[in-house]
Amino acid sequence: MTDVFVSLPARTAPVKTDGLLPWVKKNLLASVPNALLSIAIIGIALWAVWGAVDWGIINAVTAANADLCQANRGIGACWGVVNEKARLIVMGRYPREEHWRPALATVLLVGLIVASCSPKFWKKWLPLLWVAVLAAFFTLMSGGVLGLTKVPTDQWGGLPLTIMLTVISMTLAFPIAVAVALGRKSNMPAIKSLCVIYVELIRGVPLISVLFMASFMLPLFMPIGKSPDVLIRVIIGITLFAAAYMAEIIRGGLQSLPKGQTEAAASLGLGYWQTQIKIVLPQALGTVVPSIMNNFISLFKDTSLVTIVSLFELTGALSLAVGSDPNWRPFKIEAYLFIAAIYFSCCFAMSRYSLWIEKRVAVGKAR
Amino acid sequence: MTEPIITFDKVNKWYGNNFHVLRDIDLTIKQGERLVICGPSGSGKSTLIRCINALEDYQEGKLTVAGHVLGDDIKAIDAVRRQVGMVFQQFNLFPHLTVLENLTLSPTWVAGMPKKEAVERAMHQLERVRIAEQAQKYPLQLSGGQQQRVAIARALCLTPKIMLFDEPTSALDPEMIKEVLDVMISLADGGMTMLCVTHEMGFAKAVADRVIFMDQGQIVEQNNPEEFFNHPKTDRSKDFLSKILGH
Repeated sequence: MTDVFVSLPARTAPVKTDGLLPWVKKNLLASVPNALLSIAIIGIALWAVWGAVDWGIINAVTAANADLCQANRGIGACWGVVNEKARLIVMGRYPREEHWRPALATVLLVGLIVASCSPKFWKKWLPLLWVAVLAAFFTLMSGGVLGLTKVPTDQWGGLPLTIMLTVISMTLAFPIAVAVALGRKSNMPAIKSLCVIYVELIRGVPLISVLFMASFMLPLFMPIGKSPDVLIRVIIGITLFAAAYMAEIIRGGLQSLPKGQTEAAASLGLGYWQTQIKIVLPQALGTVVPSIMNNFISLFKDTSLVTIVSLFELTGALSLAVGSDPNWRPFKIEAYLFIAAIYFSCCFAMSRYSLWIEKRVAVGKAR
Repeated sequence: MTEPIITFDKVNKWYGNNFHVLRDIDLTIKQGERLVICGPSGSGKSTLIRCINALEDYQEGKLTVAGHVLGDDIKAIDAVRRQVGMVFQQFNLFPHLTVLENLTLSPTWVAGMPKKEAVERAMHQLERVRIAEQAQKYPLQLSGGQQQRVAIARALCLTPKIMLFDEPTSALDPEMIKEVLDVMISLADGGMTMLCVTHEMGFAKAVADRVIFMDQGQIVEQNNPEEFFNHPKTDRSKDFLSKILGH
């Protein structure tokens, strides 16, 4: 006789462990000291939030009136400065009647980035779209053709400049970074050491000194009058800087790949480049999406350093708009909060977007 | 069926300067022959079969596979790899590609086959390993046994003359070993030249023409399975067999 195996039916847990009340009990009120601490911390938080609401909303002045703001100092915020200067802060020194041009150009550029991250657009014509959008961007910005007035690059500024510097530099940096990362893993000693030297040199200096060199030293080595535009020099500087960091991120991704993957590719007859393009890079880049996005966000804010070479992106435009106007200078803090909100919403959007991409990339790996 | 397809002629290999992993390997394998290679870990059996598709190089001697001498000649290596399929212990499927894409990758990219033909061939191989219904899934959605069968199908897609198996069942749950061995047995029945590193002695008895026993980088003994298992000639192989069959 053999016994028949009978499996027990699965039951739900006897005590409810999810939901709000069990959570509060477990995490906030577990013991007496725990409960006291919770109450104290919640109290402090409420006090801080109340203070912010009182200053920023209830007692705030929103009218663009410097005298009203002056009278209200120390009592409430003066959002009038934003009211008055917002356009100057966001668009920089770009001629006022032409503001639609940077606005449209930036929308095109951001739309291109969003589209490029979606597999729906991974078609053969995507590189052409890039060329077209970039051409449109620079035509709109600099003008001089199609009846658009010419706007020299030293008048470009504000948020469009910030976004443009970040997007162009990161886009140019990406292929360089992939090449350097692969080069560092190469068996050829000359290529390998070149890549190591490049990465270590760039990582060893602050971005501000790279910008300084790009802007002031580069022209010394060029024939007189032949030096490229300051904007191009700055883009080259930021690109080289970003590429070094990104190369290290990508190298990390390459190293996380099991050796078996390249061996399997080799056993199937794939050559070096086929293996890299079809097997190694898709997986390695998939794992480093969060780090690359991190780099992107950090670069987005680092572009504020280009102020030192007289390019007035968002932060620079703020100093220009508020710092040079004695009426509004006392209310710089409100203006800073305004651009902080702009930076935050851009960065937050990027970080949510990167989470979404991560999920898409992880489809093949999920069980 | 009597042409030698693989010839090892006094092949020696070292890892670094001091680790002599293959020592004076002389081995001739005929077309259609089925070999099982066994031995303790670190005996060089995986290294031996990995030399055959040039995943490992060697320093001394001469290794000829399907008429090509393996060495520094990249063209020879490419030519050999197109005729040799390999199945790994850890499956090594490409997790970012579907099962079908895993199978069509090499035919389309390496052999330049039109996509439609590659898909037809892939589906045929998947049916052969009885897993065609999983074609659109990703490898990590499959069980270990299913993944290994996909890996076998992938290796078959280039219609190789030789199949190498490097401990194909060692990473599998006991209940999945049989489904993989069944596929390998049916492949053996089809006349494929096979080299298999395995400790599945049942498989060796059922299909092997020859069992190679290795220890410390050398071929200690080679014989048909009947003789090898029942009357091992050396004390080393007796000792090994008593350990793996004794439990």
